[in-house]
Amino acid sequence: MKQLALVIDLNVCVGCHACVTSCKEWNTSGTAGYLADMNPFGKDPTGTFFNRVMTFEVGEFPNTETVHFPKSCLHCEDPPCVPVCPTGASYKRDEDGIVLVDYDKCIGCKYCSWACPYGVRELDEHQKVMKKCTLCVDRIYDESLPEAERKPACVLACPTSARLFGDVNDPDSEAATAIRERGGYQLMPEWGTKPANHYLPRRRTRITIHEDELVRADNPLKKERQLPMPDKDEQTLDDVTSW
Amino acid sequence: MHPAFSVIFLTTLIGVGQGLFLALYTGQLYSVVKVLPVQDSPGFYGVGSLIAVAFLIAGLFASFFHLGHPERAWRSAARWRTSWLSREVIVLPAFTGMVALYGLVHYSGLNPVLFTFRETFQVDLSLLIGAVATLLAFTLFLCTGMIYACIKFLQEWATPLTVVNYTLLGSASGFTLATAFAAWHGSGLTSFYGGWAILLTVLAFVTRVAALIRNARIRHKSSLQTAIGVRHVRIEQKSQGFMAGSFNTREFFHGAPTTVFRLIKWTFLVLVFPVPVFLLAIGLGAQAAVVFLAAFAVQYLGLIAERWFFFAQSNHPQNLYYQTV
Repeated sequence: MKQLALVIDLNVCVGCHACVTSCKEWNTSGTAGYLADMNPFGKDPTGTFFNRVMTFEVGEFPNTETVHFPKSCLHCEDPPCVPVCPTGASYKRDEDGIVLVDYDKCIGCKYCSWACPYGVRELDEHQKVMKKCTLCVDRIYDESLPEAERKPACVLACPTSARLFGDVNDPDSEAATAIRERGGYQLMPEWGTKPANHYLPRRRTRITIHEDELVRADNPLKKERQLPMPDKDEQTLDDVTSW
Repeated sequence: MHPAFSVIFLTTLIGVGQGLFLALYTGQLYSVVKVLPVQDSPGFYGVGSLIAVAFLIAGLFASFFHLGHPERAWRSAARWRTSWLSREVIVLPAFTGMVALYGLVHYSGLNPVLFTFRETFQVDLSLLIGAVATLLAFTLFLCTGMIYACIKFLQEWATPLTVVNYTLLGSASGFTLATAFAAWHGSGLTSFYGGWAILLTVLAFVTRVAALIRNARIRHKSSLQTAIGVRHVRIEQKSQGFMAGSFNTREFFHGAPTTVFRLIKWTFLVLVFPVPVFLLAIGLGAQAAVVFLAAFAVQYLGLIAERWFFFAQSNHPQNLYYQTV
């Protein structure tokens, strides 16, 4: 069964919040109503976002790593927020596995937000209904857009390509391949929610350089001995021109 | 979790209504089998049911303040197959209706004897309606409790003790009110209700303290490690990505200082259990309605604190993501 989802590569996420702002921009401009920002310039501002980026420090100083962690609805395969909804406003689509809220049916009882362990559902202060990531459902099927742009806004915005989008149940998709080959994992697996969104772990990047790789051993000028062998530190022709 | 007063009032008020009805019906049942004296129908059962209905409607009224769209509340009866909240939405009005009908049958006197059991026990219409309402009262306790107990990752709530406590605390407060009502009415049921109120309060004390002990020893399954999937013993949040407030930072944190949190725990432990039991005991000695009423008032105030603490104590795993601005 088709299950659209995001695969987020924590190894390359730089925490720039471009996904947050592009998500807000796209989803606040749609026909479903804006994502309210209350008191934006007041004392206690608050707003609705589908996607937020958190920052964690892992390890003990000085051996620490900073992990930027984008979090949006994980579109669980067994979403705990759906069965608790008393009105049926919260539902999971059969055709592509996206978990959505019908804003016209939602009564704003907040029970689904209690039933989501990830805290990705937010009550919109203006519309008084529960809102969450839609995987840009109004964009990914829009045939008036060029095919390359039929992706969630966050994916298109990511400058480091940390966000992959696709059908995680299709073994040939980019998303499923990344999960399979790069150790993709799910959040809070202890609750059996089977989140569709996966995260790719941090990787240790280390290159091994041997001594002879530092010397231009394959410099043709040196090889043919047309000139006296230059010193190691001296500039060679390679540095000033390109053949 | 952030305790919402709408839900605190909903759950405590309907608890009183359910308990009061159960007390009335128990009294009637005992009088049918001739253990207790028969009460006058309009004055005792009629007015008593009216009080129970008033509490139930007040609770229902309070619940609307919890909703973003109260005008769509009717939709919430749709998903009774999967949602305990939806089941509660159906059972609460059904129960209220049955209690109203029960009271009406008693008040109007349109209470024909349906059949006579073993030629001694007369089963009338009100007894039958009351039986259905009793079933609904317990179903309502189950639904209310299960709304909280069914969320498995709210580990403080995910225990059968939640349902047991809702049932016992609601019944105890209802029986305390019934004692005061019986004393005010001057019926002979005061001691009967008073005894039950004390017994139920003591039972509720045992199960509520059991829940407190359980929750004090709880080991949370989720941690920062599982929340972000990084296996390292030392992870610290440095930023939650925004400096302003959000739904996530309001709805899931009680925001009270630790001292207030502890104070409320001790407040409810004192006000819900020992003080009402003491007052009930004094009242039973002196047969004074006002003392019973005081017992109920104190217990109800305590229950508000109890419910506040019930919500505040629950730790939502999403809080792991919102630990520092």
